[in-house]
Amino acid sequence: MKLFSRFKPQGGVHPDGRKDLSADRPIRILPMPEQLFVCLQQHVGAPASPVVQVGDRVLKGQLIAAGQGNISAPVHAPTSGRVVAVGDYPAPHPSGLPMPTITLVPDGEDCWAELDVPADPYELAPEAIAERVAAAGIVGLGGAAFPSAVKLNISRKTGVQTLIINGGECEPYLTCDDRIMRERAAEIVSGIRLIQRAVGCREALVGIEDNKPEAIAAMREAAKGSAVQVIAVPAMYPMGWDKQMTRALIGKEVPAGGRSSDIGVLVHNVATAYAVHEAVVLGRPLIARLVTVSGAAVKIPCNLEVPLGAPAQALFDYCGGYAEVPARMVMGGPMMGHEMPNPNIPVVKGTSGVLALTHKEIGQPVPSPCIRCSTCVRACPVGLLPLEMAAQIRVGDLAASVDIGLKDCIACGSCSYVCPAHIPLVHYFNYAKGELAAKERAKLKQEGTRKLAEARTERMERIAREREEAARQRAARKAAQEAAKKAAAEAAAAAQQESTPA
Amino acid sequence: MLIAVASLTTLGLLLGLFLGVAARRLAVEGNPLVEEIQAILPGSQCGQCGFPGCAGAAEALASGSAPVTLCPPGGRDVVAALAAKLGVEVDMSGVKDSGPTVAEVREELCIGCTRCFKVCPTDAILGAAKHIHNVFREACTACGKCVDACPTEAILLRPVPVTLQSWYWEKPEERLAA
Amino acid sequence: MSQIAHSPHAHAPVSVGRIMATVMAALVPATLYGFWLYGWPAIFLWSVTVLTALLAEGFVLRIRGLDAKPALMDGSAMLTAWLLALSLPPYAQWWVGAVGALFAVIIAKQVFGGLGQNVFNPAMAARVMLLISFPVDMTLWTSPMPITGANAPGFMDAWAITFGGAHWDAMSSATLLGHVKTEFTRGIDLLHSLPGFFTDSDVAGSRPGSLGETSALFLVAGGLFLMARRIITWHGPVAMMLGVALPALIAHAIAPAHFLGVLPHLLSGGLMLGAFFIVTDPVTSPNTNAGMLLFGFLCGLLTWLIRTWGGYPEGVAFAVMIMNALTPIIDRYVKPRIYGRTRKGDALPAEKGA
Repeated sequence: MKLFSRFKPQGGVHPDGRKDLSADRPIRILPMPEQLFVCLQQHVGAPASPVVQVGDRVLKGQLIAAGQGNISAPVHAPTSGRVVAVGDYPAPHPSGLPMPTITLVPDGEDCWAELDVPADPYELAPEAIAERVAAAGIVGLGGAAFPSAVKLNISRKTGVQTLIINGGECEPYLTCDDRIMRERAAEIVSGIRLIQRAVGCREALVGIEDNKPEAIAAMREAAKGSAVQVIAVPAMYPMGWDKQMTRALIGKEVPAGGRSSDIGVLVHNVATAYAVHEAVVLGRPLIARLVTVSGAAVKIPCNLEVPLGAPAQALFDYCGGYAEVPARMVMGGPMMGHEMPNPNIPVVKGTSGVLALTHKEIGQPVPSPCIRCSTCVRACPVGLLPLEMAAQIRVGDLAASVDIGLKDCIACGSCSYVCPAHIPLVHYFNYAKGELAAKERAKLKQEGTRKLAEARTERMERIAREREEAARQRAARKAAQEAAKKAAAEAAAAAQQESTPA
Repeated sequence: MLIAVASLTTLGLLLGLFLGVAARRLAVEGNPLVEEIQAILPGSQCGQCGFPGCAGAAEALASGSAPVTLCPPGGRDVVAALAAKLGVEVDMSGVKDSGPTVAEVREELCIGCTRCFKVCPTDAILGAAKHIHNVFREACTACGKCVDACPTEAILLRPVPVTLQSWYWEKPEERLAA
Repeated sequence: MSQIAHSPHAHAPVSVGRIMATVMAALVPATLYGFWLYGWPAIFLWSVTVLTALLAEGFVLRIRGLDAKPALMDGSAMLTAWLLALSLPPYAQWWVGAVGALFAVIIAKQVFGGLGQNVFNPAMAARVMLLISFPVDMTLWTSPMPITGANAPGFMDAWAITFGGAHWDAMSSATLLGHVKTEFTRGIDLLHSLPGFFTDSDVAGSRPGSLGETSALFLVAGGLFLMARRIITWHGPVAMMLGVALPALIAHAIAPAHFLGVLPHLLSGGLMLGAFFIVTDPVTSPNTNAGMLLFGFLCGLLTWLIRTWGGYPEGVAFAVMIMNALTPIIDRYVKPRIYGRTRKGDALPAEKGA
């Protein structure tokens, strides 16, 4: 049995962890806030479509918005209460643009809807497990928020040998996965067994960074007697990147542009495994998650179990409020999370943390010229040349940056973090990716409109042709009629002449 | 001296001959440029450039008798693409580009006269007589023909609204320090 | 909306200024040793070179319409001048340092676009320029006369040497490489020219040479300090030393009368300074560790070739400049492998088997 990873990860950085702020306090449950703002797109794919109306009373766990299309996820009521609005609300997104959101006023009774609890969850058919995971609205809780059932179905169909459970949690400050492994290891292992059954794979590896010894011990204890192996991997950022974890655990790389299933691997986060247990064993949909509340500006940093849709402000308030005025509030971790335009942004399924950071923590360095020190090259876990890509984007040559790998960038932020010249490298890359996508959309639109215009021109020509044809036919008919008339008249005249004998 | 003159002359003659033969034998039939330029243009035949449709504009561009900035609906991207294709320098600051726009019908003013969708080159306006018309954004090229055709000034060109799907990060500000 | 900050919301405690300061700190031991070894003239020369560079940098930045203060504070101009000063003959006159500093900062750096844009290492470019333009002044070597010694020039004497061009008794001397080259031209081989001139134990560097290039001991110590602080990696220095040592070892084994051995090569001239402080210059060296190995090795090899067969006794500066010009090519062909792709950039094949 393997206890430690044998494979050396590529690149990466070692940011100041700051996990001690919140790691040692047990999970607490956030009291129900006055209002919940439940976003209808908490996942990758099509937004869910609301199935309730303003004024409806809903029960905890009741479906309030159904998934749309192949890649989507339904949304459920996090508690019982009344729907007071179905409309737009600022999204948990750096743009702060509005997103369709259902606003719920809890009634305080927290009354569950009727739940469908299977008699023996571990005897369910693989398809049935995937169906239940889909119906529960489970998405990747590590932050990617990809619908989990979609991954289960692909993996079942293509066949995977290895299930990797990602306990990396490499982002500084965040400790929600650490705490869930320490406190709810048995449920996680139960979820792992269910996922294994759903995709039919025997091997299950749990990769945990070696800076979480308590979590490793708790998971090993819970995994005793099962096929689940718990393996310590070196602590570094970004170890929680699923492909880095895969490389660290089994030494294989996912081909560029491919999926984990291409190398027979399925990766899920530990919190996702816990959600699968809740959904399949207890019949509970995904309506709450663990969120790390941390940062030096928070009085009592800790981990909270939070109903989805709770505004971040409610979390900060429950953690004793601010120790000082925060310089920046961040949703997610400091490396890849995004700044919240205001603290009323709601928690969604992919929210692993809300941070209130001080000036000292973020630092606001002024960019200076690149000295080509190549620290970014050594830090990049993908093997890219961030300095070259940024230089090309800066002068507007986006195509050249794509040639040297822009599309392979995972925006982990390692390069920006280590850059001694404080160049906003990832910002350049995300700008370029957005610009390229917009160009692509514009091109598609132009092609579409060109087709429409051509179709219209053709139609107009056809109509004109038909009109002309019709006019000609009319004229011909008229001429023929007249000719016939004339002929008849002549004939008549002739007949008359004939009938009048001389 | 004589040898140098002679050898250089011979060299020049031979190379000139080679170039002449190459120009004959490797000549490209027709002018593919017009078609390539037409592929860059929006193709909505809106006529705002003053030429009879995009094909006319493409011919004028290929012959050099029209500036690359002639296409208002194309915006900056089309200007840049044309300049690159034709190998000309262009001062982009003169190009009006308020970002992409689309037509929008003001419902309170629309009388359902159907004149706009008769002129729309891409069939982007939906509706029927005596009903309020609507613009299908994905098909609208913002050519402005409907704006001119509308008798009640109910149609405006508005910037395409930014959505969560279309939003992206702005380019980082150029640093000022050396 | 543009006020929203992009991730990451944390930053490593590093900056360009800090890197430059660390490199300068690593140069301090070798520099102080040089000051002690060659006395006041060395101190004057170093000061003139550094001051000129700072003034030139500020002047050019002002002309370019940029804020001079942050750029001067990052220490890059000072470091360039410092490295240049260490590579000059310690008794050179003030204008040698001043002209070199002006050339390094204005021609070799700012004309190319300033910090980070230069193709050639400014200190080495200036040294090469001086060597070609003022060969006599640049080979005016002196025997070490420790500042505390009786025969060392005093403050006023030194002033006269540096600023007045006065001569000092013990001045004419020769470096090991220069001596060997001269003797070769007179038909005297190594077996006869070397004895008495070089001792293998001379690691500290008390011998004629450039201001800060003679002490392998202190330069290596500075280099190790930089490696410990993760400012440089081992690849460049080790490769450069190998690039000199391997051919020297082979050639010396074949013909000891005609080729210097490994140790005299490693300890002579600008090799140690070059290996740890010039080859590792981030701006003009390749991006990747593999590229650094190639770059360093070729620097070393070219150095050996120039020393052995070239017209000049020392070749580090020439070798580095030639390799600087090749850096973009190395960077083009030596790249890290992208995750999930082959070295050529194609996607890896899917492998389902367990």
